[in-house]
Amino acid sequence: MSYLTLSITLIFVVIPLLLSKTLKLGLERDTIIATLRSIVQLLAVGYVLKFVFDSESLIYIFLMVALMIVAATHNAQKKGAAIQGITTKVAVTLVFVEVLTQGILLGFNITPATAQYIIPISGMVIGNSMVLSILFLNRFTAEVESHQDETELILSLGGTPKQAIHTQLINSIKASMIPTIESQKTVGLVQLPGMMSGQIIAGADPIQAVQFQLLIMFLLLTTAAVTSVMLGFLSYPTLFNQRMQVMSKNIS
Amino acid sequence: MSVTYKPAIHFNHVDFSFGKNQILKGITGSFPEGKITTLVGPSGAGKTTLLKLCNGLLSPAAGEVYIKDRPIEDYEPVELRRMVGIALQSAPMVGGSVYKNLGLPLELQGKSLSKAEAVELLHDVGLEEELLERKVKDLSGGQRQKVSIARTLVNKPEVLLLDEITSSLDRTSLKEIEELIVKINRKYGTTIIWITHNLQQALEIGDFTWVMMDGEVVETGESDLLNDPSNDKVRRFVRGEAG
Repeated sequence: MSYLTLSITLIFVVIPLLLSKTLKLGLERDTIIATLRSIVQLLAVGYVLKFVFDSESLIYIFLMVALMIVAATHNAQKKGAAIQGITTKVAVTLVFVEVLTQGILLGFNITPATAQYIIPISGMVIGNSMVLSILFLNRFTAEVESHQDETELILSLGGTPKQAIHTQLINSIKASMIPTIESQKTVGLVQLPGMMSGQIIAGADPIQAVQFQLLIMFLLLTTAAVTSVMLGFLSYPTLFNQRMQVMSKNIS
Repeated sequence: MSVTYKPAIHFNHVDFSFGKNQILKGITGSFPEGKITTLVGPSGAGKTTLLKLCNGLLSPAAGEVYIKDRPIEDYEPVELRRMVGIALQSAPMVGGSVYKNLGLPLELQGKSLSKAEAVELLHDVGLEEELLERKVKDLSGGQRQKVSIARTLVNKPEVLLLDEITSSLDRTSLKEIEELIVKINRKYGTTIIWITHNLQQALEIGDFTWVMMDGEVVETGESDLLNDPSNDKVRRFVRGEAG
Protein backbone atom coordinates (compact mmCIF):
# COMPACT_ATOMS: atom_id res chain seq x y z
CA MET A 1 0.00 0.00 0.00
CA SER A 2 1.40 3.42 -0.93
CA TYR A 3 1.30 6.45 1.38
CA LEU A 4 -1.13 8.09 -1.09
CA THR A 5 -3.52 5.15 -0.77
CA LEU A 6 -3.09 5.24 2.99
CA SER A 7 -3.95 8.93 3.08
CA ILE A 8 -7.21 8.22 1.22
CA THR A 9 -8.18 5.93 4.10
CA LEU A 10 -8.43 9.07 6.25
CA ILE A 11 -11.98 9.21 4.85
CA PHE A 12 -12.71 6.71 7.64
CA VAL A 13 -11.60 9.36 10.12
CA VAL A 14 -13.57 12.15 8.48
CA ILE A 15 -16.87 10.21 8.77
CA PRO A 16 -16.86 10.05 12.61
CA LEU A 17 -15.64 13.65 12.75
CA LEU A 18 -18.60 14.81 10.65
CA LEU A 19 -21.01 12.74 12.72
CA SER A 20 -19.57 14.13 15.94
CA LYS A 21 -19.82 17.71 14.67
CA THR A 22 -23.36 17.31 13.31
CA LEU A 23 -24.73 15.57 16.40
CA LYS A 24 -22.66 17.73 18.80
CA LEU A 25 -21.05 14.67 20.38
CA GLY A 26 -17.98 16.70 21.31
CA LEU A 27 -15.63 13.90 20.23
CA GLU A 28 -13.79 15.76 17.45
CA ARG A 29 -10.74 16.65 19.54
CA ASP A 30 -10.38 13.12 20.94
CA THR A 31 -10.86 11.58 17.50
CA ILE A 32 -8.12 13.78 15.99
CA ILE A 33 -5.75 13.06 18.92
CA ALA A 34 -6.43 9.31 18.62
CA THR A 35 -5.78 9.41 14.86
CA LEU A 36 -2.55 11.39 15.21
CA ARG A 37 -1.30 9.19 18.04
CA SER A 38 -2.02 5.99 16.15
CA ILE A 39 -0.23 7.31 13.05
CA VAL A 40 2.84 8.42 14.99
CA GLN A 41 3.00 5.41 17.35
CA LEU A 42 2.44 2.76 14.69
CA LEU A 43 4.84 4.31 12.18
CA ALA A 44 7.46 4.61 14.90
CA VAL A 45 6.91 0.98 15.89
CA GLY A 46 7.07 -0.01 12.21
CA TYR A 47 10.47 1.62 11.76
CA VAL A 48 11.74 0.23 15.09
CA LEU A 49 10.57 -3.26 14.13
CA LYS A 50 12.24 -2.96 10.73
CA PHE A 51 15.47 -1.99 12.46
CA VAL A 52 15.22 -4.85 14.99
CA PHE A 53 14.31 -7.42 12.33
CA ASP A 54 17.21 -6.33 10.14
CA SER A 55 19.71 -6.37 12.99
CA GLU A 56 18.61 -9.84 14.22
CA SER A 57 20.20 -8.99 17.58
CA LEU A 58 18.95 -10.73 20.74
CA ILE A 59 19.66 -7.61 22.78
CA TYR A 60 17.20 -5.55 20.72
CA ILE A 61 14.56 -8.27 20.99
CA PHE A 62 15.07 -8.35 24.75
CA LEU A 63 14.84 -4.55 24.96
CA MET A 64 11.64 -4.47 22.91
CA VAL A 65 10.00 -7.10 25.13
CA ALA A 66 11.24 -5.32 28.28
CA LEU A 67 9.75 -2.05 27.03
CA MET A 68 6.41 -3.77 26.41
CA ILE A 69 6.43 -5.19 29.95
CA VAL A 70 7.29 -1.83 31.53
CA ALA A 71 4.55 -0.03 29.60
CA ALA A 72 1.97 -2.75 30.36
CA THR A 73 2.92 -2.82 34.06
CA HIS A 74 2.61 0.95 34.31
CA ASN A 75 -0.83 0.83 32.74
CA ALA A 76 -2.19 -2.12 34.74
CA GLN A 77 -0.91 -1.17 38.21
CA LYS A 78 -3.13 1.95 38.28
CA LYS A 79 -6.19 -0.25 38.75
CA GLY A 80 -4.73 -1.95 41.79
CA ALA A 81 -3.02 1.07 43.33
CA ALA A 82 -4.73 0.25 46.65
CA ILE A 83 -2.91 -3.09 46.90
CA GLN A 84 0.50 -2.83 48.52
CA GLY A 85 3.40 -3.48 46.12
CA ILE A 86 1.10 -3.96 43.14
CA THR A 87 3.65 -2.70 40.57
CA THR A 88 6.09 -5.49 41.45
CA LYS A 89 3.31 -8.08 41.50
CA VAL A 90 2.07 -7.07 38.03
CA ALA A 91 5.63 -6.94 36.65
CA VAL A 92 6.47 -10.39 38.07
CA THR A 93 3.24 -11.79 36.59
CA LEU A 94 3.89 -10.34 33.13
CA VAL A 95 7.51 -11.55 33.10
CA PHE A 96 6.41 -15.03 34.19
CA VAL A 97 3.69 -15.21 31.52
CA GLU A 98 6.14 -14.06 28.82
CA VAL A 99 8.85 -16.54 29.90
CA LEU A 100 6.33 -19.39 30.16
CA THR A 101 4.75 -18.81 26.74
CA GLN A 102 7.97 -18.11 24.86
CA GLY A 103 9.62 -21.00 26.70
CA ILE A 104 6.98 -23.40 25.37
CA LEU A 105 6.95 -21.91 21.84
CA LEU A 106 10.72 -21.89 21.45
CA GLY A 107 11.36 -25.01 23.56
CA PHE A 108 9.09 -27.16 21.40
CA ASN A 109 10.27 -25.45 18.20
CA ILE A 110 6.72 -24.27 17.52
CA THR A 111 7.96 -20.89 16.35
CA PRO A 112 11.47 -19.90 15.25
CA ALA A 113 13.65 -17.86 17.61
CA THR A 114 13.62 -14.77 15.42
CA ALA A 115 12.47 -11.21 16.08
CA GLN A 116 9.77 -11.60 13.42
CA TYR A 117 8.01 -14.18 15.62
CA ILE A 118 9.09 -13.33 19.15
CA ILE A 119 8.13 -9.65 19.11
CA PRO A 120 4.60 -9.79 17.65
CA ILE A 121 3.67 -12.84 19.74
CA SER A 122 5.12 -11.22 22.87
CA GLY A 123 3.09 -8.11 22.07
CA MET A 124 -0.11 -10.11 21.92
CA VAL A 125 0.70 -12.09 25.08
CA ILE A 126 1.79 -9.07 27.15
CA GLY A 127 -1.09 -6.94 25.84
CA ASN A 128 -3.61 -9.62 26.72
CA SER A 129 -1.97 -10.16 30.10
CA MET A 130 -2.21 -6.41 30.78
CA VAL A 131 -5.92 -6.33 29.95
CA LEU A 132 -6.48 -9.41 32.15
CA SER A 133 -4.57 -7.75 35.00
CA ILE A 134 -6.74 -4.65 34.72
CA LEU A 135 -9.96 -6.70 34.63
CA PHE A 136 -8.82 -8.81 37.57
CA LEU A 137 -7.64 -5.91 39.76
CA ASN A 138 -10.74 -3.89 39.01
CA ARG A 139 -13.01 -6.73 40.07
CA PHE A 140 -10.89 -7.89 42.99
CA THR A 141 -10.67 -4.50 44.73
CA ALA A 142 -14.44 -4.06 44.27
CA GLU A 143 -15.16 -7.59 45.59
CA VAL A 144 -12.92 -7.11 48.65
CA GLU A 145 -14.60 -3.83 49.52
CA SER A 146 -18.14 -5.04 49.03
CA HIS A 147 -17.62 -8.30 50.96
CA GLN A 148 -15.80 -6.95 54.01
CA ASP A 149 -18.50 -8.34 56.32
CA GLU A 150 -18.09 -11.84 54.89
CA THR A 151 -14.31 -11.66 55.18
CA GLU A 152 -14.59 -10.57 58.82
CA LEU A 153 -17.16 -13.30 59.50
CA ILE A 154 -14.89 -16.08 58.26
CA LEU A 155 -11.88 -14.72 60.16
CA SER A 156 -14.03 -14.43 63.30
CA LEU A 157 -15.09 -18.08 63.00
CA GLY A 158 -11.45 -19.18 62.94
CA GLY A 159 -10.91 -19.19 59.18
CA THR A 160 -7.57 -18.33 57.58
CA PRO A 161 -7.06 -15.27 55.33
CA LYS A 162 -7.09 -17.58 52.30
CA GLN A 163 -10.46 -18.99 53.36
CA ALA A 164 -11.77 -15.51 54.16
CA ILE A 165 -10.92 -14.17 50.70
CA HIS A 166 -11.55 -17.36 48.70
CA THR A 167 -14.96 -16.44 47.24
CA GLN A 168 -13.85 -12.94 46.24
CA LEU A 169 -10.66 -14.31 44.70
CA ILE A 170 -12.42 -17.01 42.68
CA ASN A 171 -15.15 -14.59 41.53
CA SER A 172 -12.51 -12.12 40.34
CA ILE A 173 -10.44 -14.76 38.55
CA LYS A 174 -13.53 -16.12 36.78
CA ALA A 175 -14.88 -12.69 35.87
CA SER A 176 -11.58 -11.58 34.37
CA MET A 177 -11.24 -14.76 32.28
CA ILE A 178 -14.78 -14.79 30.89
CA PRO A 179 -14.19 -12.25 28.05
CA THR A 180 -11.24 -14.29 26.69
CA ILE A 181 -13.17 -17.57 26.78
CA GLU A 182 -16.39 -16.07 25.42
CA SER A 183 -14.67 -14.29 22.53
CA GLN A 184 -13.01 -17.57 21.54
CA LYS A 185 -16.38 -19.33 21.42
CA THR A 186 -17.61 -17.08 18.61
CA VAL A 187 -14.35 -16.61 16.76
CA GLY A 188 -14.68 -17.26 13.04
CA LEU A 189 -18.49 -17.01 13.29
CA VAL A 190 -18.82 -13.38 14.31
CA GLN A 191 -15.39 -11.97 13.63
CA LEU A 192 -12.16 -12.89 11.93
CA PRO A 193 -9.29 -12.20 14.29
CA GLY A 194 -7.04 -9.26 13.39
CA MET A 195 -3.85 -11.22 12.98
CA MET A 196 -5.46 -13.83 10.74
CA SER A 197 -7.17 -11.16 8.63
CA GLY A 198 -3.86 -9.33 8.30
CA GLN A 199 -2.08 -12.46 7.11
CA ILE A 200 -4.82 -13.27 4.59
CA ILE A 201 -4.80 -9.71 3.23
CA ALA A 202 -1.01 -9.89 2.97
CA GLY A 203 -1.46 -12.96 0.73
CA ALA A 204 -0.84 -15.85 3.11
CA ASP A 205 -2.57 -19.19 2.70
CA PRO A 206 -5.82 -19.01 4.77
CA ILE A 207 -5.20 -22.44 6.32
CA GLN A 208 -1.73 -21.35 7.38
CA ALA A 209 -3.24 -18.14 8.77
CA VAL A 210 -5.85 -20.16 10.70
CA GLN A 211 -3.16 -22.42 12.17
CA PHE A 212 -1.26 -19.42 13.46
CA GLN A 213 -4.41 -17.86 14.79
CA LEU A 214 -5.25 -21.06 16.68
CA LEU A 215 -1.78 -21.01 18.19
CA ILE A 216 -2.33 -17.44 19.37
CA MET A 217 -5.75 -18.22 20.78
CA PHE A 218 -4.50 -21.19 22.79
CA LEU A 219 -1.66 -19.01 23.98
CA LEU A 220 -4.11 -16.34 25.12
CA LEU A 221 -6.10 -18.92 27.13
CA THR A 222 -2.97 -19.78 29.08
CA THR A 223 -2.10 -16.10 29.39
CA ALA A 224 -5.53 -15.31 30.79
CA ALA A 225 -5.58 -18.14 33.31
CA VAL A 226 -1.99 -17.70 34.51
CA THR A 227 -2.25 -13.90 34.78
CA SER A 228 -5.45 -13.90 36.86
CA VAL A 229 -4.49 -16.79 39.12
CA MET A 230 -0.93 -15.58 39.71
CA LEU A 231 -1.90 -11.96 40.33
CA GLY A 232 -4.68 -13.12 42.65
CA PHE A 233 -2.44 -15.32 44.76
CA LEU A 234 0.27 -12.64 44.87
CA SER A 235 -2.22 -9.91 45.85
CA TYR A 236 -4.45 -11.39 48.54
CA PRO A 237 -1.81 -11.94 51.28
CA THR A 238 -1.04 -8.20 51.37
CA LEU A 239 -4.61 -7.56 52.53
CA PHE A 240 -3.86 -9.32 55.84
CA ASN A 241 -1.17 -9.05 58.51
CA GLN A 242 0.64 -11.75 60.51
CA ARG A 243 -2.16 -11.81 63.11
CA MET A 244 -4.66 -12.67 60.34
CA GLN A 245 -6.31 -9.25 60.56
CA VAL A 246 -7.65 -7.26 57.62
CA MET A 247 -5.27 -4.41 56.80
CA SER A 248 -7.92 -1.78 56.03
CA LYS A 249 -5.36 0.70 54.71
CA ASN A 250 -4.38 -1.79 52.02
CA ILE A 251 -7.82 -2.07 50.48
CA SER A 252 -9.30 1.40 50.55
CA MET B 1 -15.40 -4.47 89.77
CA SER B 2 -15.09 -7.16 92.41
CA VAL B 3 -11.67 -8.83 92.50
CA THR B 4 -13.13 -12.12 93.66
CA TYR B 5 -13.97 -13.14 90.08
CA LYS B 6 -11.43 -14.80 87.84
CA PRO B 7 -10.97 -12.72 84.67
CA ALA B 8 -11.77 -14.30 81.32
CA ILE B 9 -10.35 -11.24 79.55
CA HIS B 10 -8.18 -8.53 81.05
CA PHE B 11 -7.10 -5.19 79.55
CA ASN B 12 -4.06 -3.32 80.77
CA HIS B 13 -3.77 0.32 79.60
CA VAL B 14 -4.99 -0.51 76.11
CA ASP B 15 -4.97 2.15 73.40
CA PHE B 16 -6.27 1.76 69.87
CA SER B 17 -6.01 4.21 66.98
CA PHE B 18 -7.34 4.23 63.45
CA GLY B 19 -5.33 6.69 61.40
CA LYS B 20 -5.18 9.87 63.44
CA ASN B 21 -8.28 9.00 65.47
CA GLN B 22 -7.66 7.55 68.87
CA ILE B 23 -10.58 5.17 69.39
CA LEU B 24 -9.61 3.67 72.78
CA LYS B 25 -7.65 5.40 75.52
CA GLY B 26 -6.01 3.61 78.43
CA ILE B 27 -8.57 0.84 78.87
CA THR B 28 -7.90 -1.17 82.03
CA GLY B 29 -10.23 -3.76 83.53
CA SER B 30 -11.50 -7.33 83.38
CA PHE B 31 -14.48 -9.27 82.13
CA PRO B 32 -15.25 -11.93 84.78
CA GLU B 33 -15.32 -15.57 83.72
CA GLY B 34 -18.73 -17.19 83.41
CA LYS B 35 -20.60 -13.89 83.83
CA ILE B 36 -22.57 -11.63 81.54
CA THR B 37 -20.97 -8.20 81.18
CA THR B 38 -22.74 -5.56 79.13
CA LEU B 39 -20.99 -2.67 77.39
CA VAL B 40 -23.12 0.44 77.16
CA GLY B 41 -22.43 3.95 75.98
CA PRO B 42 -23.16 6.35 73.14
CA SER B 43 -22.33 5.53 69.51
CA GLY B 44 -18.67 6.06 68.70
CA ALA B 45 -17.55 5.28 72.27
CA GLY B 46 -15.29 2.45 71.05
CA LYS B 47 -17.40 -0.52 72.22
CA THR B 48 -17.19 -2.54 68.98
CA THR B 49 -13.45 -1.88 68.75
CA LEU B 50 -13.01 -3.16 72.29
CA LEU B 51 -14.98 -6.29 71.40
CA LYS B 52 -12.85 -6.96 68.32
CA LEU B 53 -9.70 -6.67 70.44
CA CYS B 54 -10.99 -9.60 72.51
CA ASN B 55 -10.80 -12.12 69.67
CA GLY B 56 -7.89 -10.63 67.79
CA LEU B 57 -9.79 -9.19 64.85
CA LEU B 58 -7.88 -6.04 65.88
CA SER B 59 -4.71 -5.55 67.93
CA PRO B 60 -4.05 -2.72 70.39
CA ALA B 61 -1.68 0.10 69.49
CA ALA B 62 -0.42 0.05 73.09
CA GLY B 63 -1.09 -1.94 76.25
CA GLU B 64 -1.84 -5.61 76.74
CA VAL B 65 -4.84 -7.88 76.41
CA TYR B 66 -4.88 -11.13 78.39
CA ILE B 67 -7.15 -14.08 77.68
CA LYS B 68 -7.40 -16.42 80.67
CA ASP B 69 -4.25 -14.84 82.13
CA ARG B 70 -2.19 -15.44 78.97
CA PRO B 71 -1.12 -12.57 76.68
CA ILE B 72 -3.34 -12.61 73.60
CA GLU B 73 -0.27 -12.82 71.32
CA ASP B 74 0.47 -16.27 72.80
CA TYR B 75 -2.61 -17.65 71.07
CA GLU B 76 -2.67 -18.57 67.41
CA PRO B 77 -5.31 -16.32 65.78
CA VAL B 78 -7.35 -19.33 64.59
CA GLU B 79 -7.29 -20.98 68.03
CA LEU B 80 -8.17 -17.67 69.74
CA ARG B 81 -11.15 -16.96 67.47
CA ARG B 82 -12.60 -20.42 68.02
CA MET B 83 -12.26 -19.93 71.77
CA VAL B 84 -13.63 -16.36 71.76
CA GLY B 85 -16.58 -16.29 69.35
CA ILE B 86 -18.32 -13.18 68.11
CA ALA B 87 -21.82 -12.56 66.76
CA LEU B 88 -21.57 -9.45 64.61
CA GLN B 89 -24.23 -6.74 64.56
CA SER B 90 -25.15 -7.23 60.90
CA ALA B 91 -25.28 -11.04 61.30
CA PRO B 92 -23.43 -11.53 57.99
CA MET B 93 -24.15 -14.78 56.16
CA VAL B 94 -22.51 -16.65 53.34
CA GLY B 95 -24.88 -17.26 50.42
CA GLY B 96 -26.99 -20.41 50.53
CA SER B 97 -28.99 -22.23 53.15
CA VAL B 98 -29.16 -22.06 56.93
CA TYR B 99 -27.51 -25.51 56.98
CA LYS B 100 -24.57 -24.23 54.92
CA ASN B 101 -24.11 -21.33 57.35
CA LEU B 102 -24.33 -23.53 60.43
CA GLY B 103 -21.76 -25.86 58.90
CA LEU B 104 -19.35 -23.04 58.04
CA PRO B 105 -17.20 -23.12 61.22
CA LEU B 106 -16.52 -26.85 60.76
CA GLU B 107 -16.11 -26.51 56.99
CA LEU B 108 -13.28 -24.06 57.72
CA GLN B 109 -11.58 -26.86 59.67
CA GLY B 110 -12.11 -29.38 56.88
CA LYS B 111 -14.91 -31.13 58.80
CA SER B 112 -18.65 -31.26 58.31
CA LEU B 113 -21.68 -30.74 60.49
CA SER B 114 -24.25 -33.54 60.44
CA LYS B 115 -27.89 -32.69 59.82
CA ALA B 116 -28.76 -34.06 63.27
CA GLU B 117 -26.24 -31.72 64.90
CA ALA B 118 -27.56 -28.80 62.84
CA VAL B 119 -31.14 -29.53 63.93
CA GLU B 120 -30.03 -29.69 67.56
CA LEU B 121 -28.36 -26.30 67.17
CA LEU B 122 -31.53 -24.86 65.67
CA HIS B 123 -33.55 -26.20 68.61
CA ASP B 124 -30.98 -24.74 71.02
CA VAL B 125 -31.63 -21.26 69.65
CA GLY B 126 -35.40 -21.79 69.46
CA LEU B 127 -35.71 -22.33 65.71
CA GLU B 128 -37.68 -25.02 63.92
CA GLU B 129 -36.10 -27.87 61.96
CA GLU B 130 -37.89 -26.74 58.75
CA LEU B 131 -35.58 -23.74 58.58
CA LEU B 132 -32.54 -25.91 57.91
CA GLU B 133 -32.82 -25.83 54.12
CA ARG B 134 -34.21 -22.31 53.90
CA LYS B 135 -32.15 -19.72 52.03
CA VAL B 136 -30.64 -17.20 54.46
CA LYS B 137 -31.96 -14.32 52.37
CA ASP B 138 -35.50 -15.45 53.26
CA LEU B 139 -34.95 -15.26 57.04
CA SER B 140 -36.48 -12.57 59.26
CA GLY B 141 -34.17 -10.31 61.28
CA GLY B 142 -34.73 -12.35 64.45
CA GLN B 143 -34.19 -15.69 62.72
CA ARG B 144 -31.02 -14.37 61.11
CA GLN B 145 -29.58 -13.29 64.46
CA LYS B 146 -30.45 -16.65 66.00
CA VAL B 147 -28.74 -18.48 63.14
CA SER B 148 -25.73 -16.20 63.58
CA ILE B 149 -25.56 -17.05 67.30
CA ALA B 150 -26.06 -20.77 66.62
CA ARG B 151 -23.25 -20.67 64.05
CA THR B 152 -20.91 -19.02 66.58
CA LEU B 153 -21.79 -21.75 69.10
CA VAL B 154 -20.59 -24.49 66.73
CA ASN B 155 -17.01 -23.73 67.81
CA LYS B 156 -18.12 -24.14 71.47
CA PRO B 157 -16.56 -20.81 72.49
CA GLU B 158 -15.61 -20.18 76.10
CA VAL B 159 -16.32 -16.48 75.59
CA LEU B 160 -19.16 -15.15 73.45
CA LEU B 161 -18.97 -11.56 72.18
CA LEU B 162 -22.26 -10.02 71.09
CA ASP B 163 -22.33 -6.77 69.12
CA GLU B 164 -25.77 -5.14 69.41
CA ILE B 165 -27.47 -8.28 68.23
CA THR B 166 -30.95 -7.15 69.28
CA SER B 167 -30.86 -3.55 68.06
CA SER B 168 -33.09 -4.10 65.03
CA LEU B 169 -35.44 -6.71 66.45
CA ASP B 170 -39.08 -6.57 67.48
CA ARG B 171 -39.95 -7.04 71.14
CA THR B 172 -40.79 -10.76 70.85
CA SER B 173 -37.56 -11.63 69.07
CA LEU B 174 -35.61 -9.46 71.50
CA LYS B 175 -37.01 -11.33 74.50
CA GLU B 176 -36.35 -14.71 72.86
CA ILE B 177 -32.72 -13.79 72.21
CA GLU B 178 -32.25 -12.46 75.75
CA GLU B 179 -33.56 -15.76 77.12
CA LEU B 180 -31.32 -17.67 74.75
CA ILE B 181 -28.18 -15.82 75.84
CA VAL B 182 -28.99 -16.32 79.52
CA LYS B 183 -29.59 -20.02 78.78
CA ILE B 184 -26.21 -20.36 77.03
CA ASN B 185 -24.52 -18.61 79.94
CA ARG B 186 -26.18 -20.82 82.56
CA LYS B 187 -25.97 -24.10 80.62
CA TYR B 188 -22.38 -23.92 79.34
CA GLY B 189 -20.87 -21.36 81.74
CA THR B 190 -19.98 -19.25 78.70
CA THR B 191 -18.63 -15.79 79.48
CA ILE B 192 -20.78 -13.24 77.66
CA ILE B 193 -19.68 -9.74 76.66
CA TRP B 194 -22.67 -7.94 75.21
CA ILE B 195 -22.80 -4.50 73.60
CA THR B 196 -26.27 -3.04 73.94
CA HIS B 197 -27.98 0.31 73.60
CA ASN B 198 -30.86 -1.02 75.64
CA LEU B 199 -30.15 -0.02 79.25
CA GLN B 200 -33.11 -2.02 80.53
CA GLN B 201 -31.57 -5.08 78.92
CA ALA B 202 -28.21 -4.32 80.55
CA LEU B 203 -29.92 -4.05 83.92
CA GLU B 204 -31.99 -7.22 83.57
CA ILE B 205 -29.56 -9.54 81.83
CA GLY B 206 -26.09 -8.29 82.73
CA ASP B 207 -24.25 -9.26 85.89
CA PHE B 208 -21.80 -6.43 85.29
CA THR B 209 -21.70 -3.29 83.17
CA TRP B 210 -19.00 -1.14 81.61
CA VAL B 211 -20.06 2.35 80.60
CA MET B 212 -17.88 3.69 77.80
CA MET B 213 -17.64 7.24 76.46
CA ASP B 214 -15.19 8.80 73.99
CA GLY B 215 -12.91 5.76 74.01
CA GLU B 216 -12.69 5.51 77.79
CA VAL B 217 -14.32 3.33 80.42
CA VAL B 218 -16.00 5.87 82.67
CA GLU B 219 -17.74 3.56 85.10
CA THR B 220 -17.81 -0.18 85.82
CA GLY B 221 -19.54 -2.34 88.37
CA GLU B 222 -22.54 -4.56 88.93
CA SER B 223 -25.30 -3.74 86.50
CA ASP B 224 -27.47 -1.93 89.02
CA LEU B 225 -24.95 0.91 88.89
CA LEU B 226 -27.09 2.08 85.98
CA ASN B 227 -29.86 2.82 88.52
CA ASP B 228 -27.63 5.23 90.37
CA PRO B 229 -24.41 6.13 88.52
CA SER B 230 -21.75 8.00 90.48
CA ASN B 231 -20.30 9.71 87.39
CA ASP B 232 -22.11 12.85 86.17
CA LYS B 233 -21.63 12.04 82.48
CA VAL B 234 -23.00 8.53 83.03
CA ARG B 235 -25.95 9.92 84.94
CA ARG B 236 -26.78 12.23 82.02
CA PHE B 237 -26.33 9.35 79.56
CA VAL B 238 -28.64 7.08 81.56
CA ARG B 239 -31.26 9.83 81.70
CA GLY B 240 -30.98 10.09 77.93
CA GLU B 241 -29.41 13.53 77.92
CA ALA B 242 -26.29 12.33 76.12
CA GLY B 243 -25.53 10.02 73.21
